[in-house]
Order: sequence, then structure tokens, then C-alpha cells
Amino acid sequence: MEVSLVEMKPGQTGVIYKMRGGSNLTLKLNQLGLREGKRIKKISSIFNRGPVTINVDNYQVAVGYGKATRIMVEVDELEKDSPGRQS
Amino acid sequence: MRKIVLAGNPNVGKSVVFSQLTGSRVMISNYAGTTVEFTKGLLNTGEEPFEVLDAPGTYSLEPTSKVEEVASSLVAQADIVINVVDATNLERNLFLTTELLERNVPLIVALNMIDEAGHKGVKIDVEKLEDLLGVPVVPTVAVSGEGLKELVGSLSKSVNRKKAPLNISDRWSYIGNLVGQVQEITHRHHSWLEKLQDASLRPLTGFPIAAAVLFLAFQLVIGLGEFIHEAMEDYIFEGFYETLLLYLSEVLGSGGFLHNILIGKLVDGNIDFEESLGVLTTGVFVELGVVLPFLAVFYLVLGFLEDSGYLPRLAVMVDRSMHRLGLHGYSIIPMVLGFGCNVPAALAARNLESRRERFIACTLMSVAIPCMAQLALIVGLVGRHGFDYLAVVFAALFFIWVVLGLIIDRVMPGYTPSMVVEIPPYRIPSFKAQAKKLAMRIWGFLVHATPYILGGILVVNILYTLGIIHFLGVLFAPAVQGLLGLPGDAVSTLLIGFLRKDVAVAMMIPLGLSARQLVIGAVVLAAYFPCAATFTVLVKEMGVADMAKSAAIMIVTAFSAGFILNLLLDTVVPAAYLAAGLVVLSIILPMVLGSTSDRRELSDLDETA
Repeated sequence: MEVSLVEMKPGQTGVIYKMRGGSNLTLKLNQLGLREGKRIKKISSIFNRGPVTINVDNYQVAVGYGKATRIMVEVDELEKDSPGRQS
Repeated sequence: MRKIVLAGNPNVGKSVVFSQLTGSRVMISNYAGTTVEFTKGLLNTGEEPFEVLDAPGTYSLEPTSKVEEVASSLVAQADIVINVVDATNLERNLFLTTELLERNVPLIVALNMIDEAGHKGVKIDVEKLEDLLGVPVVPTVAVSGEGLKELVGSLSKSVNRKKAPLNISDRWSYIGNLVGQVQEITHRHHSWLEKLQDASLRPLTGFPIAAAVLFLAFQLVIGLGEFIHEAMEDYIFEGFYETLLLYLSEVLGSGGFLHNILIGKLVDGNIDFEESLGVLTTGVFVELGVVLPFLAVFYLVLGFLEDSGYLPRLAVMVDRSMHRLGLHGYSIIPMVLGFGCNVPAALAARNLESRRERFIACTLMSVAIPCMAQLALIVGLVGRHGFDYLAVVFAALFFIWVVLGLIIDRVMPGYTPSMVVEIPPYRIPSFKAQAKKLAMRIWGFLVHATPYILGGILVVNILYTLGIIHFLGVLFAPAVQGLLGLPGDAVSTLLIGFLRKDVAVAMMIPLGLSARQLVIGAVVLAAYFPCAATFTVLVKEMGVADMAKSAAIMIVTAFSAGFILNLLLDTVVPAAYLAAGLVVLSIILPMVLGSTSDRRELSDLDETA
């Protein structure tokens, strides 16, 4: 399933597959270690168009709403089927 | 002398390495962007003296903010670069490392926080990393000093391996490959700090945590500050210090020019620390007896907030609201710092990306955030007339902050992009580091404020003696009386306010103002103009043209606010209702008006995509 960071649910994991935005945005996100192919986990989003926070490797990044709508993530398939998995 | 530049991502501990290498004292916190300017220090290895420069953090040598430009230009001047790398986030940190390898400069990598990496289950093969990068790699734990000797020892082994530049995607695949070879990650359970870390970012738990933290901080500063202030007043000032000064007063012959300057006026033959207005009486009392207790407690609380890593999480929680004022969440950091002193707050605004944001942040901060020195006197002076009046001062400043933000955001062209920031892990602040930081800040206050406070009192005395204050009072009386409902002599406080705001607030004491007049005076004094020290920094940060605009906004805002308060307070609305009303309005107005930046950012992103 492919959704934006905003649409992802807290606790879900996935892989960034596309960042739609100008070169400035891509550069800034890239420098913070966010790029296509990167595995992330969503921690939270603040309601009413607030920022989204995610876990990348060992650190956390907050992405404002506008930018978060432009980061597309391929979400891992539901964990329901694999009971061995914990998060 | 050869130059060593410390370069690295934000919040990897460059300043800690710096202070360990050079013995210099620098500000260290747990959030990205503590260092906004470079600091110089000396390192003597025994063989050769080096000049060490602590650069602000940057993710890349292609700068995206003013702070990062500083870092990038420092690297260009370096003879040796020590690249401080956060061992817990090797991959992201190596982006800058590979860029540095392409520069024509000898490089050493300090693999910092290697202990924390161990706790997080990250194992790094240092020798292999050294091999692959081709430059010395030294594992360090800068806070405890571990590995720093080896770091200094490796200076002679630093090598220049100029590599061919890579483009972004090749760079990442190179790094990915490298990290795969040297790093091993074992899974382990989340610690309670990590659980708390996430809880303070989730709305359901995060908002209550933010509210509790802010409430506690406020209570601590006001409560504990007041307690220490009263204790000092009772036991030190009205005890032996008064006796000492009375003796001095007698020696000086209880009058005359020198007596007026040093001791001031005697009230019923006695020293009144608030009204005597002498350098040694009111001057010393304001600085040490009133401002210092509040400031010390504030810096204690701030130090804890900074080092724990909470501030960036607060930024996430307030991001939504800040967007309505034309700012994003990270600008809460300069605002919080501003409550200590506006000067470091103005500098911290450099971390914001655009000129527009810096303008809004600096203007709102200097208008509506009174520094602790000024607050201490406001709390002491206005608080005497009851909490209601004090609440009006806070509510009015909050209201000004909100309304001004709403207006500037709508009038000023451009928009504020949403933030992208790294959130540091929670760390338990070390007692030693906290004590050091507090001592450094208090010392800074004593050194920087003393000449202004004592000088301010001196100037007041001279102006009184020469009759200038009375002259100005008569001259401006119609305006000040008509507009603000204050006596003409209150003009002098505005004059002194440029020098030092705490002294200016103290000068309202001998004027014998009523509660409502004190409230108006306090709000106008807080908002009308920055003090000289802040003004100098603001001009440097914003440029003359923007500062002129900002100053015009400040003056108009302050006098309009004073005028409105003069119309409403106590005459139409009682203090408690006015305070409550202003707070409610400040919350409702932004909700009704909404934010324009989202729409503008989204269409901008679409255009450039």
C-alpha cells in the first residue's frame, strides 16, 4: 500500500519510495537521512495538520505537514498475519 | 599557528569535544542549533600549539541556513578538520564525512558517543571504518573525556585523501555499502526514556506533558525565585548590608553629590533599597537582590529543558499554533531563550531558514517576551497589587504576541515553510554539566549586566540632578498623560529602558503609581523597544532596513497597547476579567482566522516538483 507520511498510521513501518517536491526539499530531507529506499516507522502525527514524527535508523525526525504530504511511503503489509512480529 | 576546525552534524557533541580540547567554556545543550557562531580556543599538544574552531552543526557543506553557511566557510579555512560523528547514527553522519573527504584538507574522524551506540545495540568496527575511509578514526566519549588523548595524538597522523566528488545518489550508495561492512545492529528492548520520548510526541500524552512542563517551569521560576529574593532581602540586604551602607552614609556626611550617587536619597533617615536610587543601594539591590534570584532559577530550569532534549519535542507540539503566527514550531526555542535574555534569543533565530521567519521571530520576541531581569521587577512591583494585575501584564503581552504574529504573517509577502528537524534522544542531564552551565550563565549576567545596571542608576541620578528628567516630564506630559494615563516623569523610564529594562521598571517605584498605571508602564516598557544590548545584536542579525521596520512596529504596538489598556483597565473592565478575556481572545482569534501558510506551501511544492 502506498500512502503519504500524513496518511500512514502511527506505529506503521514502511519504505520511502518517492519524495515529491523541489530540489530544495529533497536536499534538506536527504541531508537528514531521508531518501528513497529508506525504512522508517511513524511515531505520531499531531492532529489538525500538525507535524509528523518518524523513526529513521536510530533517530527521530519531525516533518511539517506540508512536506509530509509529499513524502510517499510503501507501507509494510499488515502484521496481523505474522503473529511472531512485535513492535 | 595551524587551525583545527570541528565540523559535524548538529547535536553530535562538537562543543563538548571543543571544551575538552581547549578548556574553554561554551554553551552545550541537547538540541540541534545550540552553537550558531564559531568559538575559538587554544590547544597545546606539547609539540605544537593549535587554534581550535568550534563550528555550528551542519548536515552538509551545501548550506541551507545561515548557521550552516558559517560552518561551511570555516571548513574552507581549516588546516585540519576533526569531523565529529555521532556513532549512534553513522549512516546519516557519514554524508558530511564523505563531502569533507572531497575537500582538499586533512581529516580525522572522532566517532563520538560510542558508549551510547553500545547501549543502543550498535557495534562499529573502527579499524575497518578507518581502512575504508582512509583517514584516522578515533572512538570518543566527549562528555567523560574518553578517547580525547588519542584524538590529540592522531593529529600528527591526519591525512588528506582528496576523493573525486560524488553526486547525491552515488554518495548514499557508497555510504550504504560502507555502513553495511562496518556496522552491526543487535535488537534490544526499549528503555523507559525511549518510551517517554515517544509519549511526548503523541498528541494524547504530548499535550498534557507540554502543559505540565510549562506550568511547572513557570511555578518554579516565580515561586522559588520569589522565595530566594525575599530571603536575600530579609537576611542580607536589610541585615548587615544596610548597616554597612548607613555607616558609609554617615561618613559621606549624609548628603552631597557623592552621597547622592552612591547612596541616593534617604527615606525618613533610612535607606530604602527600592526608592533611594543610589548606585550602591538600589543598583546593587536590583541586580543581586531581585534579578539574580529569578534569573538563577530560570537558568536552572532552562538548563534542564535544554539538556534533557525536551525543547525540540515542545517545538513539535506547538508547531500548529506557531504556523498561524507565521512561524514554525522550532521558533519556540528562541522564544523560550528570550525569557532569560533577549540577546541569545536573537542569535538563536539564525537557525530559522528564511529571512521572513527571522524577521517575524525577532520582532515578536523583542516585543512580547520580557527578559527575566525585567520580569523579576515586574513580578515584584506589579505582584504587590495582587495576582490579577500581574495576570493582565502576562495576558496583554501574550495577546500582543499573537495578534502581531497574525498581522505580520498576513501582510508580509511569502510564507513560512513547514519544519524538518531532528529530534534528539532524551538524556538525563548530568549534575556537573548543569552546574557548569548555570555558573557560566550567572557569571555572564554579572559581567555583562553590572556596568549597565550600575551605569543606568548613575545616569538616572545625573539626569535627576541636572533637572533633565523633570524637563522631559513636563515636555511630554500631555502625550504620556493623555495616551497612557501616566505622569509626565514616566518618560524617563522609557529613556532608561533603552539602557536597561530592569532599572527602568525599578524607576517606576518612586513615581508612586497606581496598580493600573504600573500595569500600563510595565507593558509599554516591555514592548516599546529592545534594550541596547539586544538592539545591537538585532541590527547585526536583521540588517538596518529590517530593524527599522521592526522598530516602527514595536513603537506603534507598545503605545497602542498602552492606550487600549488605559482605556479599559479598571475603568471599564476589572483586571481579572481583562486578563481572562485577553487570553481567550488570543486563543480564539488564530483559530477563527486559520493559517495561510499550508496552502501556499503546498502550491509551492507542487510548482517546484
